[in-house]
Amino acid sequence: MDLFFQLTLAGLAIGSIYACVALAVVMIYQATDHFNFAQGEMAMFSTFICWTFLGLGLPVWVAAVLAIGTSFIAGLIIERVIIKPVENAPVLNQIIVFIGLLMIFNNVAGWIWEFTIKPFPSLFPDDFGFKSELIGPHHMGVIALTLTVLLLIFLFFRFTRVGLAMRAAAANPDSARLVGISVGWMLALGWGLAAAVGAVGGILVAPIVYLEPNMMSGVLLYAFAGALLGGVSSPGGAVLGGLIVGVLENWLGQYVPGGSELKLTFALILIVGVLLFKPAGLFGRVVIKRV
Amino acid sequence: MDRPNPITKKLLIGFLIALGVGILIPQITTDFTTYQFTLAISYGIAMLGLNILTGYNGQFSVGHSAFFAIGAYTAAIMIEHFAIDPYTSIVIAAFAAFVVGFLFGLPALRLEGLYLALATFGFAVATPQLLKFDAFEHWTGGVQGIFVPKPEPLMEGLSADQSLYYVAMGIMVFLMVVAWSILNSRSGRAMMAIRDNPVAAATMGINLPMVKTTTFGLSAMYAGIGGALFTYSSEFVSPDTFNFFIAVYILVGSVIGGIATIPGVIFGGLFIVFMPNYAQDLKLFFEGTEGPWAAVAGVVPPPWAIFGVMLILVIYFVPFGVWGGIERLWAWTKRRSAG
Amino acid sequence: MKLRTLLASAAAAVLMTGAASAQTVGVTDTSIKIGNTSPYSGPASSYSVIAKTQIAYWKAVNAAGGIKSADGKTRKIEMISLDDGYSPPRTVEQIRKLVEQEEVAFTFNTLGTPTNSAIHRYMNAKKVPHLFLATGASKWGHPEKYPWTIGFQPTYDVEGEIYAKFALENVENPKIAILFQNDDYGKDYRDGFLRGLGDKAKDMVVKMLPYEVTDPTVDAQVLEMAASGANIFFNVTIPKFAAQAIKKSCEIGWKPLHLLNNVSSSVGATLRPAGLECSKGLVTTQWQRDPTDPQWAATDGFKEWAAFMDASLPDADKGDINYAFGYNAVKLMHHVIANCADFSRPGIMACAANVKDLQLPMVLPGVLINTSPTDFYPVQAAQLSRFDGTGWALFGDIIDASE
Repeated sequence: MDLFFQLTLAGLAIGSIYACVALAVVMIYQATDHFNFAQGEMAMFSTFICWTFLGLGLPVWVAAVLAIGTSFIAGLIIERVIIKPVENAPVLNQIIVFIGLLMIFNNVAGWIWEFTIKPFPSLFPDDFGFKSELIGPHHMGVIALTLTVLLLIFLFFRFTRVGLAMRAAAANPDSARLVGISVGWMLALGWGLAAAVGAVGGILVAPIVYLEPNMMSGVLLYAFAGALLGGVSSPGGAVLGGLIVGVLENWLGQYVPGGSELKLTFALILIVGVLLFKPAGLFGRVVIKRV
Repeated sequence: MDRPNPITKKLLIGFLIALGVGILIPQITTDFTTYQFTLAISYGIAMLGLNILTGYNGQFSVGHSAFFAIGAYTAAIMIEHFAIDPYTSIVIAAFAAFVVGFLFGLPALRLEGLYLALATFGFAVATPQLLKFDAFEHWTGGVQGIFVPKPEPLMEGLSADQSLYYVAMGIMVFLMVVAWSILNSRSGRAMMAIRDNPVAAATMGINLPMVKTTTFGLSAMYAGIGGALFTYSSEFVSPDTFNFFIAVYILVGSVIGGIATIPGVIFGGLFIVFMPNYAQDLKLFFEGTEGPWAAVAGVVPPPWAIFGVMLILVIYFVPFGVWGGIERLWAWTKRRSAG
Repeated sequence: MKLRTLLASAAAAVLMTGAASAQTVGVTDTSIKIGNTSPYSGPASSYSVIAKTQIAYWKAVNAAGGIKSADGKTRKIEMISLDDGYSPPRTVEQIRKLVEQEEVAFTFNTLGTPTNSAIHRYMNAKKVPHLFLATGASKWGHPEKYPWTIGFQPTYDVEGEIYAKFALENVENPKIAILFQNDDYGKDYRDGFLRGLGDKAKDMVVKMLPYEVTDPTVDAQVLEMAASGANIFFNVTIPKFAAQAIKKSCEIGWKPLHLLNNVSSSVGATLRPAGLECSKGLVTTQWQRDPTDPQWAATDGFKEWAAFMDASLPDADKGDINYAFGYNAVKLMHHVIANCADFSRPGIMACAANVKDLQLPMVLPGVLINTSPTDFYPVQAAQLSRFDGTGWALFGDIIDASE
């Protein structure tokens, strides 16, 4: 029975990472109707930036905050410079730009920092949380911080002017423009926030999986699965979806024969299954298509 | 808007010149270069499949490596386990890829744009794992993969590489003509109508599900044939060959050649095969030099990063690709000379 | 020595069909052209330092005049090393480029199991020597079927067998958990280990779990293995996952006899990221002198290597064992070229298959290189080693698997 709880908690921890990336994916999707295929690689790159700050001798929290801030600005710039030219282009062109970004981030990271693994310190002290046989302090911290980020985002969108403006810009760009919201900048802000959330995910996962350029490539598919499962229109759903995928993945390995050999296939089946039978996800709104 | 032109005299002359160049290549280059061209053709055929699906029917796939792999493995298994000759094996591989593509097209019916991209992405990522799966090991050779002998030369005086090249070229020309005929037929117009306006297409009485799934199957079939030829020229298949990067290869080539064109895939295939080699030659050249030039080698980025940058630049400046550009240039000179 | 070489190569030349032509491709009286593929880009690119070491070595050799061979001629070595990104079809393409376009005499130390698998048939069909592969798969030592391919390092399955024997001797009532990478390399280790366990393997192995290189973590697998009650953990993973597994089992307090494959035994690349305290008690096998281990610093071999590194690769991290690996392989190649009199391709192959009791500078003292026309496994000995919290401490005798 211990194993069941251990697997579940470990699944929640890794699921939190999926949740962070899923959250970032959903934020961009909400603002712009895109799935950013480069989200994982951007998070990896942010983590390397944090690692560089650490190398300068900064304390881990300071480095993390600086890296998250840098990522926010970088996300903003990427939207304004690279994404803006294809804003009104066909979806295919946008997907191709994302894949281009994915390749650039991955290879440039390898080129600069090489592919050897790098240990990454935890944000949380060894005595963080409560003492338990089943879950370590870092894993507890990961889950707690992910939920905090979700709460902050919820509050931001619900109660701040900027957050409301962003929602308005995404929901109805034309009307938003009429009331004086700069839709373009709201999109950029969405990218900046997504990059920042992704950076949190990267910084949280690096102590578990070690920092290297392919750190996130395995995470992305699960994050997509999580985002779809929870519902691409719901940040809360994306987080829950990510957590569920993390836990299911661990259960699958233990309780289904051959399961540990087919984890990626499971993610694929989950994606296709959700899309077919519950396209809005568990918590998303059903979008009605008007002709 | 990009409806292929009907046959004109100039088109025919251009086609014959291209054919002549194609036939000449193995005669004036080495076996090795010929083999590189065969690789380019295999990728090119898969790109043609992607163009039909995406460029003309508006359905996305970032997972064509999966169908490429199905073709490659089917051909290899036919030869290894059933001792079927390599050319019949291509037909079987094409059929297998068609069936899988058609079946994948069924759920794809309910998925649009981004979601389809996502589902195919998942398929591409999961493919190597499926190929390794223990239960299939007897057929797939598991992690070890399968060796495939290069088909014997069809004619005396030809090397195996030359012969395979001509076979591949013949298949490519045939498949291009098939694609061209389909696109210029009723069904082709239906495919494009769906791309341009699905709702209007449905009201016009086009059987949307049928056309879309069949197109998916057709596209997968092209990819499968490309995969089979790829296997013959590499003489080897293994699961880790068919990772997500092959899907990106195919996508990059399609976009660079021109995603809504047929002849563009020639440029796409050549680009994918030759660009990394030239980048490497350049790097080696600078490494071999003395003095400040040697430092240049250190700043030549890895080929995949160059791919990424080129992808984005092409989308910005020439979203219609190389062939689209040639067509536009052609139209422009004609307008100028006309007055 | 010289006479023996001559006799052996003559014998081999008779055995192998298609005797030497007057001029071998890639060999002149003043030069030899060697081909190599290595991952300079992509995830496996940290291994490219092996080829970089070798290129630097030949540069130094050429600057000093070249290699004088047993045929009395002095030749300079040109090694062309191309990037295959660790992708099998790219390897096929690059190897064909080397053989057909660059016209190399032979290839040397091409890196990787899946990559070499893809060219295995081609090299043997073309009858081009495919020498001293940088991979530990067991399939490179079959001269009867593949007379043109010869391996280099101890094979994974032999290493697996050594662990199995050690485990059986040292643990009472063994219950074994195996974590392995789902590919050629992982399965070679696993199969060697199971063979070493003998008939009782089925009862002893309580958990056997694969992972994919694309998986984010192996945490779940470690939890499952710990819960299975295993007291022996055979860890067949590459450094990233080895570090994860060591750290995770330490965190949850699972303390089995932890057997770590040599692939991930680097202190710098695996153990330091995993935590040196957690790594205490790990057992691995070694066949090279770990450059971070102070006990070798005073040996001649280490001094020779360190002097070369300082002169030719001053910026390199000498803690990275791959520099030592590259140096060992290139010294073996140097030895073969220097002692060869017949530079036809069958002749080169025969020379490669005729190394006797060679001590390489960064290989453990007493682990000698031996090859013969029927023995295509140059290194077959290794010694067990335990991590004491700061470095690896060798123990027991050198275990020679060839006996």
